Amino acid sequence: MSRLVVGAHYGVKDWLAQRITAVLMAIYTLVIFAAVLAGATGSHDAWRDFMAHGVVRFFTFLFIISLGYHAWVGVRDVWMDYIKPTSIRILLHVLTLLVLIGYAGWAIQIIWRL
Amino acid sequence: MTTPLAMRTYHFKIYRYDPDKDAKPYMQDISVECDPMDKKLLDAMVKLKAKDDSLSFRRSCREGVCGSDAMNINGKNGLACLTDLAAFPEGKPIVLRPLPGLPVVRDLIVDMTQFFKQYLSIKPYLVNDDPLPERERLQSPEDREELNGLYECIMCACCTTACPSFWWNPDKFVGPAGLLAAYRFIADTRDQATNERLDNLEDPYRLFRCHTIMNCVDVCPKGLNPTKAIGKIKEMLVQRAV
Repeated sequence: MSRLVVGAHYGVKDWLAQRITAVLMAIYTLVIFAAVLAGATGSHDAWRDFMAHGVVRFFTFLFIISLGYHAWVGVRDVWMDYIKPTSIRILLHVLTLLVLIGYAGWAIQIIWRL
Repeated sequence: MTTPLAMRTYHFKIYRYDPDKDAKPYMQDISVECDPMDKKLLDAMVKLKAKDDSLSFRRSCREGVCGSDAMNINGKNGLACLTDLAAFPEGKPIVLRPLPGLPVVRDLIVDMTQFFKQYLSIKPYLVNDDPLPERERLQSPEDREELNGLYECIMCACCTTACPSFWWNPDKFVGPAGLLAAYRFIADTRDQATNERLDNLEDPYRLFRCHTIMNCVDVCPKGLNPTKAIGKIKEMLVQRAV
């Protein structure tokens, strides 16, 4: 058995995921924009009914998860570019992950708790 | 009767550093008078060298083939021998600095060891274990077409040293020149090591430090597009993975 000295064999998945989540978020943004323009969200009640719709729930959830994953890959890339000491790098990675997971949960609570 | 040639004086601000003499680098103000026969920046620099022979820079073919005289010209990497003198605006000094991101040996000469290390890491040669044919390994014209825009690279390092990802991780990121060369062999139908080459590049640092900043495309004196080549490598990695 010979150990490959180069090629960590990851990177493609994250790169691809970042692109897929970007497309998903772009479409979602356009749809929400169109819904607002079409007057589907004129009042508080209209907003609530809109967000309670099954399809909207499904895609809003996907949007929040996509945003989190997209941000994770992007922010991690920034740490990988600039932060060299392993200890600080790990700390920042963990903090980023925790913050993003927290944000995702918080976003879901905000939108559907009322 | 011949009319006298119109002379023009060019003012320069040149990065100077001789580690044997200077405690730290400084910018030297120097001017030189050129005649209309001096077409390129390199012509003026050769005259400058005659005026102050302590100025050091690399040059060889003086026609954009060898890639020796790559430097940072008014903030943008380029070849002195391909840069038109007449295009410089009058009254403003021409600022010359060594290529960014590499250690300076002296004045405009940089140590390109790291650049070539990355180039060698992609195995820049054809890998084919089939017995040698009597004359040569043939390709169809269409297959050969694939190599256009890849094989013309002269390794001047303008692109790689203009890449912020290379500045931050020169030991880990292959850089645009190396990746262009990598795709040159990946795209070659005569090469049999495509899978190994892709394995070698499937890495968050070696390939995926490219954030499509495209400085490489902006500065390439040969008009090549490393970003496009990098995109094609990523495409092949995805095709292979799914």
